[in-house]
Amino acid sequence: MAANNAPLMELRGIDKAFAGVKVLEEVDLSLHANRVQALAGENGAGKSTLMKILTGVYRADAGSITLRGDKVRFTTPRQAMDAGIAIIHQELNLIPTLSAGENIFLGREPRTRLGTVDWPRLYRDSSTLLERLQQRIDPRTPVSRLSIGQQQMVEIARALSLDAEIIVMDEPTDSLTDIETDILEQVIATLRDAGKSLVLITHRLAEIFRMCDDVAVLRDGKLIHQGPTAEMNEDMLIRQMVGRELADRYPYEPPTPGDTLIEVADLVAPGVEGVSFHARAGEVLGFGGLMGAGRTEMAQALCGDVGVISGQVRLRGREVRFTSPRQALRAGLVYVPEDRKQAGLLLDHPVGENMSLTALPAFCGPLGIIRHGQENAAIRHYIDAFSIKLSDPRQHTETLSGGNQQKVSLAKALMCQPDIVILDEPTRGVDVGAKREIYLLINQLKRDGKCVLLISSEMSELLGLSDRIMVLAGGRITGEFTRDEATQEKIMTAAAHVDAPQEISAR
Amino acid sequence: MSAPATHHVTRLLIDNKAFLALALLVAVSAGMSDNFLTLDNTLNVLRQTSINAIIAMGVTFVILTAGIDLSVGAVLALTGAFAASMTASGLAPWLSVPGTVAAGAALGAISGLFVAYGRVQAFIVTLVAMTILRGAALVFTDGRPIAIGASEAADTFWLLGGGYWFGVPIPIYLMFFVFVLCWSVLHHTRFGRHVYAVGGGEKVARLSGINVNRIKISVYAISGACAALAGVVLTARLGSAQPTAGTGYELDAIAAVVIGGTSLMGGRGRIFGTLIGALVIGVLNNALNIMGVSSYYQMIAKGAVILLAVLIDSRSQSSS
Repeated sequence: MAANNAPLMELRGIDKAFAGVKVLEEVDLSLHANRVQALAGENGAGKSTLMKILTGVYRADAGSITLRGDKVRFTTPRQAMDAGIAIIHQELNLIPTLSAGENIFLGREPRTRLGTVDWPRLYRDSSTLLERLQQRIDPRTPVSRLSIGQQQMVEIARALSLDAEIIVMDEPTDSLTDIETDILEQVIATLRDAGKSLVLITHRLAEIFRMCDDVAVLRDGKLIHQGPTAEMNEDMLIRQMVGRELADRYPYEPPTPGDTLIEVADLVAPGVEGVSFHARAGEVLGFGGLMGAGRTEMAQALCGDVGVISGQVRLRGREVRFTSPRQALRAGLVYVPEDRKQAGLLLDHPVGENMSLTALPAFCGPLGIIRHGQENAAIRHYIDAFSIKLSDPRQHTETLSGGNQQKVSLAKALMCQPDIVILDEPTRGVDVGAKREIYLLINQLKRDGKCVLLISSEMSELLGLSDRIMVLAGGRITGEFTRDEATQEKIMTAAAHVDAPQEISAR
Repeated sequence: MSAPATHHVTRLLIDNKAFLALALLVAVSAGMSDNFLTLDNTLNVLRQTSINAIIAMGVTFVILTAGIDLSVGAVLALTGAFAASMTASGLAPWLSVPGTVAAGAALGAISGLFVAYGRVQAFIVTLVAMTILRGAALVFTDGRPIAIGASEAADTFWLLGGGYWFGVPIPIYLMFFVFVLCWSVLHHTRFGRHVYAVGGGEKVARLSGINVNRIKISVYAISGACAALAGVVLTARLGSAQPTAGTGYELDAIAAVVIGGTSLMGGRGRIFGTLIGALVIGVLNNALNIMGVSSYYQMIAKGAVILLAVLIDSRSQSSS
């Protein structure tokens, strides 16, 4: 339907699960030569995972991949590359100390007859590729000296150098300026007309309609729609991305707001360009936005992990300026980070020790001697209260499921009796059943009079749990909604306002 | 009582491959020489091991935070010289010994400062400290041994290295005293828990309200203090401080820690393992001596045993 000829590549019934959590279910996708295919969906819908399966980074649990009519099974990215599939990853994969040219031909350096690197040819070819992208970059420049946009262009040049049939671009315009985006658009058009098949993942909906011929929508790991862009409009696309059924998934309880616990005025920090809000006891304040909108950065600044550049933070009316998370914890503010592995939990340490780590001073007598009885009682209390499934509090945290790990993370934060709890993506990597348990815990916090700041990229979760919602884009607040006025469309529109953040302040 | 106790012992054996290695080594040695498993020789091995064990237990704290301390041998030499000169000037051990240990802690803390606030890699910081302190020891002693002299203070001081109590050499008591202290600190205090947390994940530790820099400085201070105590024992035993004493001791200490199952990546390990690791090295040295193996071959054998121990440990960890 999308094109008149047979598909170049076809994925059928692709399943993928991580640690028992399904991220892709029965996904079909066909790619055609001479077409640009958009892949749309919310964060965590499975777009990147699908592309990693396509390019051999991950292997599908089930399903088949056909390339030019033949069944293929990639076990390494190298095999996919050799079969003519190139990917430009969302995270830049460049070596900063090497030059642009060296990065473009990394691992495939042209050789002289003696087997040494043919440097003149390497730099000549690199120049040609960069010129195709209208970049005036000396290929001898170390990548670390290039702007992020230029680095992205080097990454694209590398994909071009492979002369691949299928080119996947995962959020390529994220770090590009408008001019660079226009150039990329031209390059994409040229490549398409030269018979290539392109896949573009982007959260900028306008780009889908401007650059792409077809669009596929993923939601919760399932393919919701695939068809020509011409038959769609932005509203339809958003509706398909966010879905509709959420009433019973989110056990919302009305708030009983108390005193204002936190007031933030013009907060500026790395990645945060001036954020103001306030939140009260017994209230869940949601923070929506796309990845990289500055929400995590805001949380890190609030909890003292990252220095505040300017602005005011008041807790219970008293101005504070934390220089370490330690101070924030003492003042009753706790941050539960998104990244459990790097920042939240010591995965190869016992569950119990993780749970009590933050609150440990409360269980210590003179000389810092731990009162093991008190500590274990508290650990047992939280294991029961949060119904954490484990056989022994001494077992390593990594042996728990994602949902149980997240509950351990919450218990760790709550054991020190905070007033203000910042939850950053509390249900990432958590399956549906455990999600609901976490939602109930959030409601419990609300009932206990805590002030909950909930950062979530899952639109429906945000709408389902928050009493009020702030939307961030580009480090600024681009929308503020009460529970009643908030809709998925409004949030999505505010979140996508990367280019014109200033309009919103006139809300 | 017996069921959990047996369970505990079994777990101890399974958790500590070093313990099995030690048992095996003792069995083989006893089989090959009648002189090995005598009371005299056992006390001899324990006494010889005590210096390395005391150093290694201090280094364990550093390694648990994912750091490394190469300066302990040089700290031992310099602080040993302090102890000798204090004793030679007639200062009583109850003043000179705490003074020496405090000096060792201070030297370690300086390295810790650079690791924590200077954000220099521990390997480099302590390599520099090793070089500088070794030089300082030579300067302080003028390149000659410092005798503790013959005085009442010197006689008492000598007991710390050469004395006996109920037929057991004093250094063995010191080794077990340090073991009990380190074990209590690591497993029953907030500080110990924080040491593990810093090694397990610095970012996690920081977000959990732990003062990471303070922990880092403290572990290097502990390592320095243990090295200084070992310096006291060595100086007391020899009756003099040698400016080149302790050369290469840092590697024996690290080997003991690693054989004991502590991960160089930090966050995982036990002080009991380190004690066993030090005994493995001690028993090996002793057994090879008794069997009359030349000291050249002894080094090769020691290297092979360390490699084997670490291989077994890494395999069992990747399979679990």
